[in-house]
Amino acid sequence: MKDLDGAFSALADPTRRAILARLAVGEATVMELAEPFDMSQPAISRHLKVLEGAGLITRRVEGTKRPCRLAPDAIRQIDRWLDMLREALARNYDRLDQVLAEMQSEEGKEAP
Amino acid sequence: MSQLTLKTEGDTHVVVTRRFAAPPEAVYRAHMEPALLKKWLLGPEGWTMPVCINEAKPGGKIRYEWSDGKGGGFYLTGEFISLEPFRRIVHVERMHLPDATPDNHVETIFEPDGTGTLMTMRMTLPDSETRTAMLATGMEHGMEASYARLEETLEEEG
Repeated sequence: MKDLDGAFSALADPTRRAILARLAVGEATVMELAEPFDMSQPAISRHLKVLEGAGLITRRVEGTKRPCRLAPDAIRQIDRWLDMLREALARNYDRLDQVLAEMQSEEGKEAP
Repeated sequence: MSQLTLKTEGDTHVVVTRRFAAPPEAVYRAHMEPALLKKWLLGPEGWTMPVCINEAKPGGKIRYEWSDGKGGGFYLTGEFISLEPFRRIVHVERMHLPDATPDNHVETIFEPDGTGTLMTMRMTLPDSETRTAMLATGMEHGMEASYARLEETLEEEG
């Protein structure tokens, strides 16, 4: 991935997240992407340029078309951080409860 | 007892609260002493923290390295900005996956709450886009209900 900051900025836009959700189903052309979003092709192209610049999608050339697909590594990188943040918080604090209980019972033993 | 809560504040903050059945001294120590940190700051099941550097002084370095035991892993680096023993920790951190995530500025406060502690951790992300992306993706993973519940809770508590 080129740049995680760029990836996060790219993901801040709801249309771009929707485009990524659509691409998660499979490769699509600009025309196919423009249809459900009720947006012009140039508008979609601008969003795709941002996503491509952030390393979130890749495009290939097929005749006059340039179909887009998700860059799996990019998504996985971001997911790893988010999953860590979320899961780590809940599980870590459950474990911390245990550590605190152990600390208190050790203190109890030391007391006369 | 101690439900984790997570809510947004302003454009760039995320606030996490959690209650613990131990006094602030113990909760603070568990956040600062490597031997204790290694027991709980581990993330998903099965992960360990083979490296835990935690220089408990202003400007002190933080470096935590996690391993899944199967060759996978990543690390976090940061610096302490200020420390008030048993009450408040201010630090900056970033994950390396291996690319560094945007700097997360974190203030952690421990307040007495009955015989226990109320911890409030306030994260400040560099811009609203970073935070929006973080939370929006979180919601897509099914966190929306929790956030909503928590905002209600906080509104009720005033």
